[in-house]
Amino acid sequence: METQNTALAPDAATPRASWHRFANPGRFLRLTEGAMPWLWGAALLVLGAGAVWGLWLSPPDWQQGETVRIMYVHVPMAWLAMGGYLGLGVVSIVALVWKHPLADLTARELSPVGAAVTALCLATGSIWGKPMWGTWWVWDARLTSVLVLFFLWLGHAALVRAFDDPERGARAGAILALVGLVNLPIVKFSVDWWNTLHQPASVTRLDAPGMHVDILLPLLVCAAGFALLFAALVLSRVRAAVMERRIRALELARARRAEAAA
Amino acid sequence: MSGAVRAAPRRPAGLRRRKHRRLAAVGLVLAGLGLAVGLFLSAIEENLVFFRSPSDVLAAPPPPERAFRLGGLVEAGSVERGGAAMAGARPEIRFRVTDGANTIQVVFSGVLPDLFREGQGVVTLGRLGPDGVFRATEVLARHDETYMPPEVAEALRRAGHWDPAQGAPPPPAGWNTLNPRGGGG
Repeated sequence: METQNTALAPDAATPRASWHRFANPGRFLRLTEGAMPWLWGAALLVLGAGAVWGLWLSPPDWQQGETVRIMYVHVPMAWLAMGGYLGLGVVSIVALVWKHPLADLTARELSPVGAAVTALCLATGSIWGKPMWGTWWVWDARLTSVLVLFFLWLGHAALVRAFDDPERGARAGAILALVGLVNLPIVKFSVDWWNTLHQPASVTRLDAPGMHVDILLPLLVCAAGFALLFAALVLSRVRAAVMERRIRALELARARRAEAAA
Repeated sequence: MSGAVRAAPRRPAGLRRRKHRRLAAVGLVLAGLGLAVGLFLSAIEENLVFFRSPSDVLAAPPPPERAFRLGGLVEAGSVERGGAAMAGARPEIRFRVTDGANTIQVVFSGVLPDLFREGQGVVTLGRLGPDGVFRATEVLARHDETYMPPEVAEALRRAGHWDPAQGAPPPPAGWNTLNPRGGGG
């Protein structure tokens, strides 16, 4: 936050101007228009490659067997649920401090997608837990904190849409998103701080990943594919929301003109 | 176009000050909230652990009527699958749960998860009897954070680097790029 702040200091006119350029909704639409087909194409390509590698070419686990392939969906969903929420926190801070309308719109369009990936993370985890652990669900610190994350996503999506005045909704949502940021380190470190049924992290270990490369590489490709898909979905939603706002503004103006003429 | 943006007039100082104040408020709220939640979590730590290790249990044994979760590794060579106590009843299984320092005898009759084996992590729910035997009503398997193809596990075992009955595999740096078909290992 500190470095961003200094880069945005009013004395440093050039970086400030270049950063602010992207917050202009019109420029955002123009910039993303050409990029969208490439983003969708890259998402489908990488995801297709990851699916073939993960579901057919990669080896089974020595004790979990074929069930381990649930991981190629479960882990990317978990990463996106947390990474997406970190993104929601960042745009919420930008919205609260710099009051960029595009940040409000991004936060609003991010949360339904975030809720969806978190739901998929919980569902695939449950489907994986039953055959391996012997239970669909337990109230351990990891599972419970991810459930809280899911409710935060849902709550944010509902709250920003609950006000007649969209600006008040965006403000309330940004504060909720900020408060919810506290949950992120709890999700991440729950498996290290307390005893849980869920195992600790395999990929982001201090020494070396606890996965054989034949399992790790398809996982990383799947994660990249899902991340591209996530970005494509969110950007498409934000673009649609910007256009929706423009249409609403135009219709309002036309209605006013018609009223004045009558 | 970009020249026009660059030449945009600077914001008035009052607006700048308000932004800094909002940024400071956001930082303060986050820091305060983090501190409060951290203190809260450390205060209720007792309730956040999902299971207790044999050492925890022996250091502070819970009352016999209280159900709790005991977790650890299934000790190598400790699993005894007995017959049913009476016709129609489920066969009883006995094993010891260890954390390396202490062990507790567990008795369970019911369905075990597929991953149950000697050396595997387990979390059992039940009560500790006055005889020091833990009578479990539920046994869950606790998987460790390693994943490897069957050939790699086999190669480690053959080379004597790992006995799965003794617990988790050796540090992954030693095997996570191992190619069992390439003559290595």
